[in-house]
Amino acid sequence: MSLLELHGISKIYGDLKALDNINFNIDNGEWVAIMGPSGSGKSTMMNIIGCMDKPTLGQVLLDGKDISKLTKKELTEIRRDKIGLIFQQFHLVNYLTAVENVMVAQYYHSIPDEQEALEALERVGLKERAYHLPSQLSGGEQQRVCIARALINHPEIVLADEPTGNLDEANENIVLDIFQQLHKEGTTLIVVTHDPEVGDVAQRVITLEHGKITRDALNESFGK
Amino acid sequence: MSKRKMFFKMITASLMRRRSRMLVALLAIAVGGTILSGLITIYRDVPRQMGAQMRNYGANMIFVPGEADTKLSLELIDKAVSFIDPGNLIGVTPYRYETVRIHEQPVMVAATNFEGARATSPYWLIEGEWPSAKDEILVGQNIADTLGLKVGTTTAVVYTDAEDDSNTPNFGIDMKVSGILETGGSEEEYVYMSLEDMADLTGESADIERTGESGRIDLAELSISASGDVLSSYIEKIETNVPEVSPRLVKRVTASETAVLTKLQSLVLLVTIVVLLLTMICVATTMNAVVTERRKEIGLRKALGASDNSIVAEFMGEGLLLGLIGGILGVILGFAFAQYVSREVFSSSISFPALLVPVTIIVSILVTGLACYFPVRSATEVDPALVLKGE
Ligand SMILES: Nc1ncnc2c1ncn2[C@@H]1O[C@H](COP(=O)(O)OP(=O)(O)OP(=O)(O)O)[C@@H](O)[C@H]1O
Ligand SMILES: [Mg+2]
Repeated sequence: MSLLELHGISKIYGDLKALDNINFNIDNGEWVAIMGPSGSGKSTMMNIIGCMDKPTLGQVLLDGKDISKLTKKELTEIRRDKIGLIFQQFHLVNYLTAVENVMVAQYYHSIPDEQEALEALERVGLKERAYHLPSQLSGGEQQRVCIARALINHPEIVLADEPTGNLDEANENIVLDIFQQLHKEGTTLIVVTHDPEVGDVAQRVITLEHGKITRDALNESFGK
Repeated sequence: MSKRKMFFKMITASLMRRRSRMLVALLAIAVGGTILSGLITIYRDVPRQMGAQMRNYGANMIFVPGEADTKLSLELIDKAVSFIDPGNLIGVTPYRYETVRIHEQPVMVAATNFEGARATSPYWLIEGEWPSAKDEILVGQNIADTLGLKVGTTTAVVYTDAEDDSNTPNFGIDMKVSGILETGGSEEEYVYMSLEDMADLTGESADIERTGESGRIDLAELSISASGDVLSSYIEKIETNVPEVSPRLVKRVTASETAVLTKLQSLVLLVTIVVLLLTMICVATTMNAVVTERRKEIGLRKALGASDNSIVAEFMGEGLLLGLIGGILGVILGFAFAQYVSREVFSSSISFPALLVPVTIIVSILVTGLACYFPVRSATEVDPALVLKGE
């Protein structure tokens, strides 16, 4: 049984099929890049996998459980317990420090633990900046805070939508290194990107066009 | 760190670190609290404040003899006055009326206690000085004109005993006019002297000294700073305990006083309610803006797994904390405001009712809570997917 299974997923807005009969499985520990041009349906798919939206048609199985029919409240619980989200815009609460932002995720999940939050920041190389407000951090640093926050509750799946979209080369490499490490530790990673460099380092690349999968292949160069 | 501690950390951080935003909301709440506590303080204090002002227009109670054949005395008056709260009593003035002759003309003399007269009749206008030494008199403007008396003039005052049919003068004492009294009313028809000088003139001084009892008193005027109900209660007590004294309200004064006070109080109440409604709208609008501005943050929190209830709890927690701080500020500023108004308008200081402290704070919290609740509730409808998408 795969960790995540999509069966005939469609998302229809009026007469626009943002997703059109999507089928694929993702196994535990896989690192998948989802690529495709703008408007091809990548974010729409992320929202469905991330339990923030429901498909119009089809079934999503997470850990063998169908999440496509759950109520909003049940979706919130699954999102909180199983999924770590990383956004393109570095969405941080602007009046909380880096470590407090990480603790917010702990707060909704279980119990805030400052020590653990500091360790998570240390992992992304931000220990020294833990008590700075987002406005005092660079874009790359803010994105690393988001990553620390996404990892803090040990999610089964980490979903990242354009995690490097607003970063320069150096920061992009830092983020990719972190992903590399997460993958080694066995975390399942799904990364949406249209940056080929980000796609190249993934284990498997799924390409979307006009809401359909046009390619789904393992990356030859992975691990090399 | 416990969940509760994190909760407080988040709401205080929001207030502390988003200062300029929160300051606007806080200001609105504090102004509301100020108006509420300030105006209610003034509202409560209007009768006392205005009552004291009204007492400038003369006596509002008089004592006359209880039965036809009894006579008032200073002792009876003191006994009756003991039933009046000393804090409310502004002045008591006994009067004894006699006819005397000055320049061969019959003149009415009102013998009194000048200290009392000054207190009960603050509106008396004196040209010259109030009598302060023995054998000094105050002459009403009309009498002064008729008899050609001036400040500083010394004139012989002759007492004619009404029961003495020989019609020959018994005593004549030279008295000095220390002042001329102007009121524009009937008070100008009298000459005023002290009770002691009158006793000397009638030859009763020796009796008074011997018996220790004062001479006859015809009437006493009282100025009491109290509302109609309180005055009536004093009258009841005096009537039952001192039957020789018959207290009466000066209806003309008390009735118009009550009417003015009632009108003034309802005016202040009306203003309080209108201003309170306006500030409530202002607080609601501000809180609405504050919450709307943070829809993105709400979406983010939801994406991180916050339930609707915990979002409502956090925002309401912030709102209520803001209400609490605003309420406390409002109480302090409200007192200062009431004190200022009281000083400027009534030129007296004001007492602040202790109960108003919790009432203002609770009302501030309730109003803020109510103002936050609806925008927060609607903000929980935010779709977290929109956050992922960016703008
Ligand atoms: N809420 C919505 N209502 C209507 N149409 C929508 C909605 N959300 C997305 N769409 C449409 O669905 C299609 C897919 O959008 P989606 O955001 O998934 O694209 P994307 O692949 O993430 O693009 P990008 O690379 O620009 O982020 C687009 O044509 C978009 O206009
Ligand atoms: Mg997108």
